[in-house]
Amino acid sequence: MRVGGHGHGRMRGSIEENDERRGKLYDHKVVRRFASYVRPNRKTAAISLVSMLVYTFTTVGQPWIIKLAVDSLINVYQEKTLGNLVFIVGLFSLNAFVNFLANYVYVVSLSKVSQQILFSLRTQMFNHLQNLSIRFFDRNEVGRIMSRAQNDVNQLQEFFNMVLITVADSLALIGIVVALFLMDAKLAIITLSVIPILLLVLLVWRRFAWDSFMEVRRAISAVNGMLQENISGVRIIQSLNRESANYGEFRDLNFKHFTANMYATRLSGVLNPIVEILTAISIVLVVFIGGIMVTNATLNISVVIAFILYIQRFFDPIRGLTNQYTGFQRAMTSGVRIFNLLDTEIEVKDPLNPKPFKRINGTINLENIHFHYTPEIPIIRGLTLNISEGETIALVGTTGAGKTTLASLITRFYDVTQGKVILDGHDIREIPQSILSRHMAMVPQEPFLFSQSITSNIKFNRISATTDEIIEASTIVNAHEFIQKLPLGYDTILQERGQNLSLGERQLISFARAILADPKILILDEATANIDSHTEYLIQRALRRILSNRTSIVIAHRLSTIRGADRIIVLDHGLIAEQGTHEELMTKGKVYGHLYKKYFSLQEN
Amino acid sequence: MKILLRLLGLAWGHPKPLIAAYGCLIATNCFALTIPYLLGNTIDQVLEIGNPQDIVNFCLAILFVAAFRGAFSFGQTYFGEQVSQLVAFDLRNNLYRHLLTLSFSFHDKQQTGNLMSKVTADVEAIRNFVQTGTLRISQTIFLLTGTTVILLITNWRLALISLGFIPIVFWRSTVSSLSLRQLWLHIHNRLGHLTTLLQENLNGVRIIRVFGAKQYEISKFQSAAEEIAVSTIKAGRQEALNTSVLALSFAITTGIILWFGGQEVLHGRLSPGEFAKFVFYLGLITGPVRMSGGIISRLSRAASAGQRVYEVLDSFPEIQEKPLARVLPPVTGFIKFENLHFAYNKDLWTLQDICFEARPGEVIALLGAPGSGKSSVVQLISRFYDPTFGRVTIDEIDIRDVTLSSLRTQIGFVMQDVFIFSNTIRNNIAYGKPDATMEEINQVSKIAQLHSFINSLPEGYETFIGERGITLSGGQRQRLAIARTLLIDPPILVLDDSTSSVDAETEDLLQSALTDVMKGRTAFIIAHRLSSVRNADQILILEDGKIIQRGNHTELLKINGPYQNLYHLQLMPEGLLPVSKDSEILPSKRGSN
Repeated sequence: MRVGGHGHGRMRGSIEENDERRGKLYDHKVVRRFASYVRPNRKTAAISLVSMLVYTFTTVGQPWIIKLAVDSLINVYQEKTLGNLVFIVGLFSLNAFVNFLANYVYVVSLSKVSQQILFSLRTQMFNHLQNLSIRFFDRNEVGRIMSRAQNDVNQLQEFFNMVLITVADSLALIGIVVALFLMDAKLAIITLSVIPILLLVLLVWRRFAWDSFMEVRRAISAVNGMLQENISGVRIIQSLNRESANYGEFRDLNFKHFTANMYATRLSGVLNPIVEILTAISIVLVVFIGGIMVTNATLNISVVIAFILYIQRFFDPIRGLTNQYTGFQRAMTSGVRIFNLLDTEIEVKDPLNPKPFKRINGTINLENIHFHYTPEIPIIRGLTLNISEGETIALVGTTGAGKTTLASLITRFYDVTQGKVILDGHDIREIPQSILSRHMAMVPQEPFLFSQSITSNIKFNRISATTDEIIEASTIVNAHEFIQKLPLGYDTILQERGQNLSLGERQLISFARAILADPKILILDEATANIDSHTEYLIQRALRRILSNRTSIVIAHRLSTIRGADRIIVLDHGLIAEQGTHEELMTKGKVYGHLYKKYFSLQEN
Repeated sequence: MKILLRLLGLAWGHPKPLIAAYGCLIATNCFALTIPYLLGNTIDQVLEIGNPQDIVNFCLAILFVAAFRGAFSFGQTYFGEQVSQLVAFDLRNNLYRHLLTLSFSFHDKQQTGNLMSKVTADVEAIRNFVQTGTLRISQTIFLLTGTTVILLITNWRLALISLGFIPIVFWRSTVSSLSLRQLWLHIHNRLGHLTTLLQENLNGVRIIRVFGAKQYEISKFQSAAEEIAVSTIKAGRQEALNTSVLALSFAITTGIILWFGGQEVLHGRLSPGEFAKFVFYLGLITGPVRMSGGIISRLSRAASAGQRVYEVLDSFPEIQEKPLARVLPPVTGFIKFENLHFAYNKDLWTLQDICFEARPGEVIALLGAPGSGKSSVVQLISRFYDPTFGRVTIDEIDIRDVTLSSLRTQIGFVMQDVFIFSNTIRNNIAYGKPDATMEEINQVSKIAQLHSFINSLPEGYETFIGERGITLSGGQRQRLAIARTLLIDPPILVLDDSTSSVDAETEDLLQSALTDVMKGRTAFIIAHRLSSVRNADQILILEDGKIIQRGNHTELLKINGPYQNLYHLQLMPEGLLPVSKDSEILPSKRGSN
């Protein structure tokens, strides 16, 4: 990716880097926004909620039914009959079956809703990225955007899941407490007396544990960061022999992650014995006090059994709820970040009432345009230029003169800060971007190709292009010959960064893609700077056909590419210093003449 | 399964915590198995209105056992986590080290996003398997066996009937593990694909915009995301079936106990306390049995993750040091290519019959069409690839006989694609020589025409560049790469098309600085501008992997051949002017100067 002449300067207004900040537990805005993703799936979500309720209810009901069974067996006041048992076992089976169905429906519908939410979050994020202005991509590195679109989206998607689990856990707790009180209030109070102790412990524990979890996340992101970078840079690492030094560094980072993890484990593991002992205390209390009550005939033994069964199920939801806490924080943090990105304003907007456009001819008028990336550094300072249909314009100037920027204003990567860019008599801000881009194409200095087949790369978004058209386009730019020589021909899959083809070959494909698009306006941004003479020769031979019937803007620092232009525009600090044909400018002998002598002559002498 | 066994082998590598974890596991579960027993007996005591002292004793015993169970379960968690984290630690280290050793030929075919997901998601899945997977399976088996034995002793008829659900568990596990495994493998691969789509989209944002390919890209992404959603839902459905069938079979068991056990109690063959025991024991194994549904999917995930990880770990670096490789002594830079043939793919020669000698201090320029093999020639010198036939020698030593590090430290290789690390400028320049002094760094930056630019930055050499810092232009990156290479002061220097993005203004200065630097070194230059090539001692012209012409500028210019053609091509005055399609690339009116 090339950033033209505005390479440096700290990025301003980049998306916030609040990776490891501790988030809120509940953020109303995030929750409301999130709800809008659940809404389209509200039916499934409702099913999943209802089935979860049924599931929880039937689960909590099980010990109660067992209690009834025990009653029918041991209760001295009740007649012990097989009939009673039949009824109770029937009830139990029904309960079990409903529980089974509810569980299945719950899990299936939950996975449906979660995946739907994940899908819409993913695609919405992607769509928004397609609309965000180029300026956004100048400010934000690809890695950072990737982590938003992947990790954060995954994190937030979990939110719905967590809400349901939290509701289920809370309901289970309430259900158990209610059941205990219904059976015997006194015994229930005694049993639950250990809860305040547990809550106190959890409160203290929480503070330490969260920090340690945060530390684990920080450590793993450092590990992954280094990995990513080193995989991308593996060639330079091997050539500079840094393998063992880097391995040492990586091991250290990895070990930090390991120790952070073990510390966190110690903290979370400590809860086990505490919960275990508290459970045992409750059970012992129930057995002892309940036992006395049974001996005094004020309580049925079945209640003691049911209490024990409930206590066994009581602590899991409490622990579950504690674990949810960090999950909620993480989801909220991710939510804030995702919605911040989704709310990032699209600077280059489509007109509200677009004029009906059928075709574009390619007459360009730049009227007193100004442009800057940051207000302190003006790049284009009141430039006026009229380009007629079919004309070939060469832009010349030193680094930083504003050549790439000027081209970017015509493609509307950026909007001018002052003045107007007029296309066929209309301000380009009044033309829908889809129409604009349908008639434009660009060949950048570094060819960007996708890891797909050569055919798909040349076709790109012209899916309807026929094989003949593709071959024709590649023949025009003299790429057909080398493509045919490849073992798989046009079906050759390009490797990442296109490394199975040479730079020149990639550039030829990039040219073929532009030709197939058949644009009315073509921009060549230093398109031949990186390539070898042979490829350049191939392109030079094709240039007449490449440039005919269209308005072309050529940025180049090779004389051969510039000389034949209809008009050469010499830019200097965002203004036109001179313009004319090569001969005219040479006769004048001013800026261009000077430039020519200084740089271009190097190539000749 | 072979892969799972291999993964278990990783855990074997840490016997101490592993044994500790299993020791704690056995202790925890022994204690756990005692509690329902004690409870059942207590209930019988209560019902028989036995000795109150006995009830107190039972209660104390329960507390005592629970305390031990808690303590050991901490140990089980802790050591289990330690084993799994150690396995993940090892795997990450091994993957990292292996990825750094794997040859260019491997990396040529890989996508960063995919490799990343192997090292992150897949390693995590394996860790999960080692921790919860293996320990939980053992725990489940242990508890089930213990429960079975105790229940059989208590009442063998009831025990046989109630434990009938175990076969169902095994049946479900085998059936679903097979299909789930395929599904997860598929999902993981598709996720890797989605990452690649996103990454390429972000990197190519300008091209996509100017071609108006928004809709095209969106539909590509959407269909990929949709496929993942559909497959994941499918997997979710299977997992739902697993967990709920398990829960159901468990409930059926409880029902059986209620029905048959109830009758046994009614007939006086079973005491109420023993009946309660059955219920409590089932309560004890509920958790583990429920979890075993999750275990199946974890196993399948781990197997597919393991497969993906071993794809990397098992790939063999093509470039290997010989067992007795010796250290290449400091070289004079006498390089010979002897009858060398080379092919990336078996079916196509990239280089054929390359023979040449570069004497110490010579500058060798390589010219040729794209794909003619220039880059391949220079990459063979650093042994990034091995020749198929023939050999490369430095100072008469075959480079395959020496250690890679002693070879590569003596070759400064400036690559076509410049990679910048997100670090300070200083550390980037000192990448190959971390202990370089500031003077040395200043000096090479001056040669690379970068010093004044760096000094113009507020933070100078400490400025952060790359992912988290400022972005450098293409030319600045190339110059940084040159500085980085010069710092290691290599006797052999390779410039693979490394000044192409430098603007004309700077290139002039850079060229003359480089000419000075190349004195006393053997240098290889690939460039398209004749100005950078003309002073070379030897110019090799390649076509389709063969050297078709060689000599120096003056010699070659006299011969009517490829070099002469190239020379005129570059000075061709026509430029954009119509060139007839089949016109010969030959002497225009300007002649040969």
